[in-house]
Amino acid sequence: MTLTNDRVGAVGVPLDRIDGPRKVRGAATYAYEWPLRDPAYLYPLQSSVAVGRITGVDATAALAEPGVLAVLTHLNAPRLAWSGDPEVAVLQSDEVAFRGQFVGAVIADTLETARYAAGLVRMEYDERPPDVRLDTDRDDLHRPRHAAIFGSMEGDLQDGSPADSAVGDLDAELESAAVTLDVTYRTPIHHHNPMEPHTAVAVWNGDDATLYCSSQGVHLTRQLLAGAFGIEAERLQLVSPHVGGAFGSKVYPASYATLALMGAQLAPGRPVKFALTRQQMFAVVGYRPASVQRVRLGADREGRLTAIGHDVVQQTARVKEYAEQTVGATRAMYAAPNRRTTTRVAALDLPVPTIMRGPGESTGMFAIESAMDELASAVGIDPIELRVRNEPRTHPESGLPFSTRELVACLREGARRFGWDGRDPAVRTRREAGWLTGTGVAASIYPSPRLPGSSATIRLDAGGGYTVEIGAADIGTGTWTALTQIAAEALEVTVDDVTLRIGQTSLPGASSAGFSSGINCWGTTIYEAAGRLRARLESEFGGTVPAEGIEASADMPDNPYVSQYAMYSFGAQFAEVRVREDTGEVRVPRLLGVFDVGRVINPKTACSQLIGGMTQGLSMALHEESVVDPRFGHVVNNDFAAYHVASNADVGSVEAHWLEERDPYINPMGSKGLGEVCIVGTAAAIANAVHHATGIRVRDLPITLDKLLS
Amino acid sequence: MDQEIILRVDGREHRLTADTRTTLLDALRERLGNTSPKKGCDHGQCGACTVLLDGRRVTSCLVLAVAVASDEAEVVTAEGLAEGDDLHPVQRAFITHDAFQCGYCTPGQIVSAVGMLGEAGEGWPSVVSEDLDTDEVVLDEREIAERMSGNLCRCAAYANIVPAISEVAQP
Repeated sequence: MTLTNDRVGAVGVPLDRIDGPRKVRGAATYAYEWPLRDPAYLYPLQSSVAVGRITGVDATAALAEPGVLAVLTHLNAPRLAWSGDPEVAVLQSDEVAFRGQFVGAVIADTLETARYAAGLVRMEYDERPPDVRLDTDRDDLHRPRHAAIFGSMEGDLQDGSPADSAVGDLDAELESAAVTLDVTYRTPIHHHNPMEPHTAVAVWNGDDATLYCSSQGVHLTRQLLAGAFGIEAERLQLVSPHVGGAFGSKVYPASYATLALMGAQLAPGRPVKFALTRQQMFAVVGYRPASVQRVRLGADREGRLTAIGHDVVQQTARVKEYAEQTVGATRAMYAAPNRRTTTRVAALDLPVPTIMRGPGESTGMFAIESAMDELASAVGIDPIELRVRNEPRTHPESGLPFSTRELVACLREGARRFGWDGRDPAVRTRREAGWLTGTGVAASIYPSPRLPGSSATIRLDAGGGYTVEIGAADIGTGTWTALTQIAAEALEVTVDDVTLRIGQTSLPGASSAGFSSGINCWGTTIYEAAGRLRARLESEFGGTVPAEGIEASADMPDNPYVSQYAMYSFGAQFAEVRVREDTGEVRVPRLLGVFDVGRVINPKTACSQLIGGMTQGLSMALHEESVVDPRFGHVVNNDFAAYHVASNADVGSVEAHWLEERDPYINPMGSKGLGEVCIVGTAAAIANAVHHATGIRVRDLPITLDKLLS
Repeated sequence: MDQEIILRVDGREHRLTADTRTTLLDALRERLGNTSPKKGCDHGQCGACTVLLDGRRVTSCLVLAVAVASDEAEVVTAEGLAEGDDLHPVQRAFITHDAFQCGYCTPGQIVSAVGMLGEAGEGWPSVVSEDLDTDEVVLDEREIAERMSGNLCRCAAYANIVPAISEVAQP
């Protein structure tokens, strides 16, 4: 008995994006772009100190400026009904917890006036020196309690998993193992930097509000905000059909949405528009926290792991705990009888971190997959062969069988396509016109979890048209197209028969786009609703649609296999690099990945997600680093000129392939998550290739020129 | 200070009163309701706001609306590249090659590509051009990638953007 059917229909077809024609002419409507009459504009005030207390506000000059409607600070801001989440609870006190925190806003008739007047507001602070140093020698590191404070899930980390785990005796085995490795890796702060700045446009009509908001999940956002403003959820409507990129930073659009809703309360009936500037995004919409990771491996002479230790120290914010599963992948990757993972966090006077594509896995696997490459060199075994030798039969910690685990097939197929066979493992031996060349490999993994909260309604009209409604999000992931295809398959019709509606709270509730769970959850729910609709049509109407049409709704059904199988996506990524011998410049002419993601809903949009994730992995490997000023606690390089993301010329050939398969236990489609597995491991593959090219092992990202000039 | 100006956008004339501080980008988006150019950074660093100004690609966040009006310049946005429902060949190629995900940088990418094809047609070299004197620019993948690097795509569709433009450059 499996969940997956063997239907052949609209799923698996490389359909062009349904929203494509609108997007290429710029006619898809993002949050800031709704045609609203007579809008006012909000420009925020941000704290100019990192820690302290506001002791004075002088808004006289700002208020005297023609066109200024209001100046909002903690002195006159509405008291929120619920302020349990410090990110939601803006302007509720005079305390400043990090530099750049919202401390007020100016609302004016035009954007120009609001921005100018914001510069006229004077604030005085009682300032304390910030503590922003992340290191393993701090005496105040603590075991995280992320979920215990803010989540509904049990556990310590943001995915609900425990901070620590242990099997066997790691220390004893490391004493006696034939080969051991003990190395430390570091990853810096990364900022998501979606192209669309975070936006909230709010309008109140009496006790009802509408919020046009760039959101990865309108229902979760509404739940937070309606609670904060003390109104019934139904009185707050969120609209977010198109989102200009998110990567985790728009799951909790809390602080800026609160500010917009507060601002709009001061201008009743008038829409208040608020979009962050690029610079502001570096303080108030989250980031991937920095990590220091000690990896210890023990192995026999043939490279069979006998011990795996992964001890992570990462930073969180003093004002709100965030801790991610940097050790999560380590627990699932390789077989070894003795293993231990630990997570400790340092609470610093910095903005609140949040999930960012592959939260934990992307940084953790940089360390583990670099370490595996180091071990391969130490024992003299091909890095692919080393991974194959350590492939577990079941989940190494839980003991559960994997629903599907085709990592070895990904490695073999990738090796064949990349031309890995016959690779000379010697380092710093290949030179072409001043460039050192090398190749590297790393594995990818990401869980395929389910999030609660999805429902769908499908209506069939007498003309044979189906309308499918679910409050899902398309953050560039192709949801508009993929869910249409899934609905068509489930209903056994063509995509032309299906009209999909997503991205607003007026539709049935849906889980947020995150954890690579969207298609799994929303698709499963649509399948269930489709089954009910077809059954109802047959049993109540004998297969003939009544003139008034019929509809059916469903919540996401339980999946009994979730507790019986470990469900993960896998992949193997290969990188070719060139390093200029005299300058240390790194180029990546080729990236190639082969993935085990179950059945692919739309090969065209799936490929875009995979190459996009791999390219973000390249960007993480070579370019991205947010530099915090230790004196003032802010990100110094807070724009695109100084925070480098991969540009077109930084990217060469990027190829993504996948195995043709259906996961039998995960959902009716047979599809696993693919939006995040593709960024996991990329940075290690590139670091490993850089080592192959130069003989230099870079253990702290990004791999910049200075680290390659010895 | 407000000033009365006329903007010529996508073949139409618009008369409006604009704050002299208003950028062309904000005038288009907030005053004329043309949200085709996007605001990604407001600093000329990302390219999402790219429009053609008298045929040349510019980042509209770095141009003041009053200056464009006084120059009587013609502004073309991605919306104006299409003729009714007929998309520009570059727009069609972007869809076929799935050269975007979230779509926010896309209108700017497409306008930039159209401008870039014009520059190459006029023989403008780029920093990676081997021969600076030739009138014939061969738009290979390296040339396209270089010339399109003023347009960031955080979804990172570059590996699809280059073939999409290449298809139009070498039909």
